[in-house]
Amino acid sequence: MQSQATYNYKVVRQFAVMTVIWGIVGMLVGVLIASQLVWPQLNIVEFLSYGRLRPLHTNAVIFAFGGCALFATSYYSVQRTGHTPLFAPGLAAFTFWGWQLIIVLAALSLPLGFTTGKEYAELEWPIDILITLVWVAYAIVFFGTIAIRKTKHIYVSNWFFGGMILAVALLHLVNSAEIPVMAAGILTPKSYSAYAGVQDAMVQWWYGHNAVGFFLTAGFLGMMYYFVPKQAGRPVYSYRLSVVHFWALIFTYMWAGPHHLHYTALPDWTQSLGMIFSLILLAPSWGGMINGIMTLSGAWHKLRDDPVLKFMITALSFYGMSTFEGPMMSIKTVNALSHYTDWTVGHVHSGALGWVAMISIGSIYYILPRVFGRTDMYSTPLITAHFWIATLGTVLYIASMWISGVMQGLMWRATNVDGTLTYTFAEAVKASYPFWTIRVVGGAMFLVGMLLMAYNMFKTIGQGKAVDAPVLQPAAAH
Amino acid sequence: MDFNTTNDFVSGFWSLYVIVITLVSVIGCGVFLLVQDKAATNAGNTTGHVWDETLEEYNNPLPNWWRWMFYITVVFALIYLAVYPGLGSFNGSFGWNARNQYDAEMKKANDQYAPIFDKFLKMDVKAVAANPEAKEIGQRLFLTYCTQCHGSDAKGGKGFPNLADNDWLFGGTPDKIKESITKGRDAVMPAKGTKPDLTADEIKDLANYVRSLSGLSADAARVEKGKALFPLACAACHGPEGKGLVGVAPNLSDKTWLYGSAEEEIIKGVTHGRVNRMPAWGDFLGDAKIHLLTAYVWGLGGGQDEPAAAAAPAAPAADAAPAAPAAAEKK
Repeated sequence: MQSQATYNYKVVRQFAVMTVIWGIVGMLVGVLIASQLVWPQLNIVEFLSYGRLRPLHTNAVIFAFGGCALFATSYYSVQRTGHTPLFAPGLAAFTFWGWQLIIVLAALSLPLGFTTGKEYAELEWPIDILITLVWVAYAIVFFGTIAIRKTKHIYVSNWFFGGMILAVALLHLVNSAEIPVMAAGILTPKSYSAYAGVQDAMVQWWYGHNAVGFFLTAGFLGMMYYFVPKQAGRPVYSYRLSVVHFWALIFTYMWAGPHHLHYTALPDWTQSLGMIFSLILLAPSWGGMINGIMTLSGAWHKLRDDPVLKFMITALSFYGMSTFEGPMMSIKTVNALSHYTDWTVGHVHSGALGWVAMISIGSIYYILPRVFGRTDMYSTPLITAHFWIATLGTVLYIASMWISGVMQGLMWRATNVDGTLTYTFAEAVKASYPFWTIRVVGGAMFLVGMLLMAYNMFKTIGQGKAVDAPVLQPAAAH
Repeated sequence: MDFNTTNDFVSGFWSLYVIVITLVSVIGCGVFLLVQDKAATNAGNTTGHVWDETLEEYNNPLPNWWRWMFYITVVFALIYLAVYPGLGSFNGSFGWNARNQYDAEMKKANDQYAPIFDKFLKMDVKAVAANPEAKEIGQRLFLTYCTQCHGSDAKGGKGFPNLADNDWLFGGTPDKIKESITKGRDAVMPAKGTKPDLTADEIKDLANYVRSLSGLSADAARVEKGKALFPLACAACHGPEGKGLVGVAPNLSDKTWLYGSAEEEIIKGVTHGRVNRMPAWGDFLGDAKIHLLTAYVWGLGGGQDEPAAAAAPAAPAADAAPAAPAAAEKK
């Protein structure tokens, strides 16, 4: 076993670098559409109008930035915790190039107006098929690597990555079931959902909420379970807690989707189930936060001068905050105020910027020097600067959306003595402008942080060289 | 259809299916926690497994406060399912449902606010228009229901008629305004009018002629050719002189243009036709609110008196004045 075999770091390097690149692209589009809300004259041509770019932003940050981060970190950690190189390296390379092709096709087709109209699943049917192929290849590589591992037990991070891969496959296949209009051709595709009416809405939000629950939560918890204990140099706080919260999380998330459809044509009983399971979801979600943050007990001093750990612990704090906020917003009386307002946007970005982006950034900072033959990133002060700019940007973003969201909710429901509405819709829009401006500033700060990261990354790559670490022997039997 | 008694389930089986799977799932969460909680732990020690040189796990027990938070949410879920709908077709002990809540709130609002609106219903539209309180209410209603299309100043926009001038497509008398709001209006200009074989060049001629009718700059040669085509393609609706007819077709010889007076807009209108719709508000708003809105719109400045004679539908545009009722637009 003491062969000269090395871990497959090539695909990790590729995905890690593209995480940063797509992060910049996706967030740049985010800053642009946030600016278009403040300055509508920025909608210059239809290809770059808000309606076309908004799905491009969500797809780019979730599936391009977040997706590349998941591929990079799962490929890195599954081989290292299994003490074996990746299974089927050719397929692993296919997942990289296939995923990049999907992203490029999304970046072209969405501005051109090709869309299924299903939120977070806007891509048309030929791209859906490509996603399926890449995802199956990903599953073969990941579970194949698990199968050929040299350790007896499967490390906890792999449960979460594996759960994510299986659930996302299920979500994608069911929600994207659609009937192509073959007459439209493959190059200008058009399709209709296999579902209609309220069933379509329910399938859409079963998908939508589980995209959050599995792609953006379970996957990133997998990331957390490898990189937080590694960076902190401490054991995970509680094995038992990880078992309980893993099973409870993946089981309960599947029920929570209807809370996106409160007070709609969805039957009352379905809405109730969505709400109660969203509340039950609080404890399983917090289990992950506790396990991450308590892993630091005995090593809190490391936070003082380790900006990578700062990113990770801040990510867990935002994770805890947004997974508390989520169940609260699922309560129907709260939802009656928050629904359709900026509060929802703030909640999403508390998870997206605070949790998903920050844990990814921390993990990629961990990986980069290790796969490019260095002990550290080119500049640690730059990481520290990135951390503070990103944190401040996130706080500005979330706080401005909370204020404008609650304000909108209250303005929409205010009535005069004769029962007529106190404010017209446009008045609530006008009142939101200052907060939308603050949002632009917060988002732009987050983007600046990513640019610092890119500079730091290219300097690190320039001073290092691609290195594949030798496969380690597992620790002695236990 | 009585939605209150409509069952969400096509058979008792599916209701039972939902009940069983829900209860098993909720209670299962609690039982799972209970069982896992009994598993042996060893605080402060690791499980003994090591991955990737340094990765270990402590065998700490579940945090006490976390365990109880989990149990509480499970208990809350069961209580909620007992009192609110959730378990299949069981309505919950409160008998609450979204439709009942809506009906109750609408009834309460109606009891409270209807008298405020109803008191104007007995008054003549012109008297309502002169009443400051009614005007204030009318404006609030307008800002809520009408501004999305007609603008907060009621001056409309491209494709949306100006309600603040004295130019009316379907009539500016109280009765006609009320009819427009209550029943809505549909307007269709067929592509190429009544002459489907119009060529692009002929359409350009017509556009120049139409522009000349209201004194706008136009190519004299084309105006002549367009003038010859007008009786065949347009006059059936717009009249021989292009003065239109209220309720039928807009006046093409005035200064009001719903889609703009630029040559290319007129060409677009003739080539592709125009379809437009004002939605019907009768069922949604009810008589009293529509009465107030009618008075508000009538009082914006362009309101016309009912014809002295018995309400003859749509007096010809020509006799309404040089400013002309029919109007706006289109081509």
